[in-house]
Amino acid sequence: MNKYFFMLLMTFSTMIFADTLYITLEKDNALAVVDGETGQLLKTVPVGQRPRGIAFSKDQAYLYVAASDDDTIQILDATTLQVSGNLPSGDDPELFKIHPNGLWLYVSNEDDNIVTVVDLKEKKAIAEIAVGVEPEGIAIAQNGQWVVNTSETTNMVHWIDPQNQSIKDNTLVDPRPRAAEFSVDNQWLFVTSEIAGSLSRIDVSTKQVSAKLNFNIAGVDDELIQPVGVLAHPNNEMLFVALGPANRVAVVDIETMTVTKYLLVGQRVWNLAFSPDFKRLYTTNGVSNDISIINVDKLKVTKSVRVGHYPWGIAVKANSTDSSSSKSPTFVPAER
Amino acid sequence: MRLAHAVIALKGIIKRELWRFLLQRERFVAALVRPLVWLFVFAAGFRSTLGIAIIPPYETYILYEVYIAAGLIGMIQLFNGMQSSLSMVYDREMGSMKTLLVSPLPRWFLLTGKLMAGTFVSILQAYVFLLIAWFYDIQAPWFGYVSLFPALILAGLMLGALGMLLSSFIKQLENFAGVMNFVIFPMFFMSTALYPLWKIKESSELLHTLASYNPFSQAVELLRFAMYGQFNGHAFLYTLSAFVFFMTVAVWGYNPSKGMMVKKTGGPN
Repeated sequence: MNKYFFMLLMTFSTMIFADTLYITLEKDNALAVVDGETGQLLKTVPVGQRPRGIAFSKDQAYLYVAASDDDTIQILDATTLQVSGNLPSGDDPELFKIHPNGLWLYVSNEDDNIVTVVDLKEKKAIAEIAVGVEPEGIAIAQNGQWVVNTSETTNMVHWIDPQNQSIKDNTLVDPRPRAAEFSVDNQWLFVTSEIAGSLSRIDVSTKQVSAKLNFNIAGVDDELIQPVGVLAHPNNEMLFVALGPANRVAVVDIETMTVTKYLLVGQRVWNLAFSPDFKRLYTTNGVSNDISIINVDKLKVTKSVRVGHYPWGIAVKANSTDSSSSKSPTFVPAER
Repeated sequence: MRLAHAVIALKGIIKRELWRFLLQRERFVAALVRPLVWLFVFAAGFRSTLGIAIIPPYETYILYEVYIAAGLIGMIQLFNGMQSSLSMVYDREMGSMKTLLVSPLPRWFLLTGKLMAGTFVSILQAYVFLLIAWFYDIQAPWFGYVSLFPALILAGLMLGALGMLLSSFIKQLENFAGVMNFVIFPMFFMSTALYPLWKIKESSELLHTLASYNPFSQAVELLRFAMYGQFNGHAFLYTLSAFVFFMTVAVWGYNPSKGMMVKKTGGPN
C-alpha cells in the first residue's frame, strides 16, 4: 500500500464513524468488547485460559484468540462471539499473525523453539519451523513475501520464506527482540528490543540493520524503557512504539529514526491497534487495567478507560459496512 | 444612584486600575514570571508524578505540568487579589481611597467596581499565561478556553474580595508582609493547586480537611473543570458563597462609621 493508496483510503473512509474493539483480558480469561469511539465497555465474554494474541480472519467472520494456558487458539464466531472450534497451535501460543492470503497462521511456540504454521481452512498444522531460543514476535510483509520471527534469547530475526516455510536468512539485533513490523511499502522491518531499549530498522533487501534508535525519556529511568509493541502508520512516515513500564508510546519518524513525541498512557503499555479510519490509536495497558485512546492527527491521548484485568491483545472491527473499512485489523504482538 | 453616574464612576475606576496596570509593566511581567517559574522549574521536577492516576476532569493520564496549570491560574488571581489589597492600603494612606468613598454612590458599588477592575486585569494575565503554556504543550480543548472565562470572573471576584477584606484590616503598608505569611502562602500550599486531594490525604488527614475547606481550593477546582468544558457545581457554590461572604464583610469593613475604619482612624473626621 503506497502513499497514494493511503490518501485514497483516507478519502473514502470518511463514512466510518464507529468501530468495536476486542481486547483479551489475560487475568479475567475473557474478552472485553469496547466501543472504539467512546471507550465504553459494552460487554465481557468468557474465553479460554490466559487469552493473549487476537486477530480477525481475513473476511472478519472469525476471531482467533490464543488461549495460552489451554495450549490452543480458539475460533470464535465474530458475530456471536461463541467458540466454534480450536486450532492446533502447539504449546503455549501467545502471538500469531495471519498471512495476507488469509490461509496461513503463524504462531510462536516459545518453549519448543519453533514457529507453527496452521492452515486455517483445514485447521491443521502444516509446518513446524525450528527457530532460535524463545521465539516471540511475528511480522508478515504486506505483500506476503516474508514472514519474520524474533527469538528473545538468540537475539535474532529469522526470515521465513512462506513459499516453502523455511528460514532463508537471519539478522542479529539488540538483546531481547520482542515485536516486529514491516513498513507499509515493505522496504523496512522494524524490531523492538526490550532489554536494550532500542528500535532497529532493517533494510529488507539486504537484511542488515540500517539504523537504530535508543529511546530516552527525560525523568524516566532507562531500565523502565522497554519497547514492545510496534505499529506502522499507513502514511509510511510514522511509527508508534509501546514502551512498556515507561508508560509511554513513542512516535517515531521512520525516515530520520528520531522520536517526535512521547505520549503518556496507562501503565505497562503492550500492544497497539489503529481504528479502521486510522484516526485513533488504541493501546492496551497491562498493569493499569485500561486502554488509552490516542487522537492520531493531533498526537494527543484523549482518554483512558478501564476494561478488565490485564488487557493484552487487541483487534479492531469497523461497525460500518462501508467497503473501505474492510481492511484487516492490525494486531501487534508482544509479551509481558 | 442614577445609571449614568454609576457608569461614569465604574468607567473611572476601571480606567484607573487598567492605567495603573499598563504603566507598571514590571507588575505585569512579575505577575507572569511567578507562575511561569513554577511551571518551568518547579513542575519540571515532578513531571511524571501524577502519571499513575486519572482524576476528573481529566480523562486520561496527565503530566504534573498539566495538573498544576489550573493551580497556577489560581495563583495569578490570588496574587492579583492581594496586589489589589496592597494598592488599596496604599490608596488609603495616600488619601485617594477617601476621595473614592466620599462620592455620592453606594460604597458596595464603588468597592465592587474596584473589584471588577482588578478581576479584569487578572483575567488578562491568566489568558497570557495560558497562551505561553500552549506552546509548552499544555493545551485544553478550544471550548475550555471559552468556558474558563466565567469561572475566571467568579474566582477573580472571590479572591479580590478576600484581598479587599484583608485590606480593611491592615492598618499600614508595612503590615502587608504578615498577609503574605499568614494568608497567601497557607492558602496556596494548603490547596489543590499543587497536589490533588487524594495525594494530600496520603500524607495528612488534617491537611486534607483544611485543603478541602480552603476557598482557594474550590476556586482552583472551578477553574480546572471549566478549562475542560466541565462544570463543578460544588466548587461553583462554594466559591460564590465565599465571594458573597468576603464582599459583605469587606463592605462593612470599609464603612467609616461602623467598620474597621473606625478602629483604625477613630471614625469619620
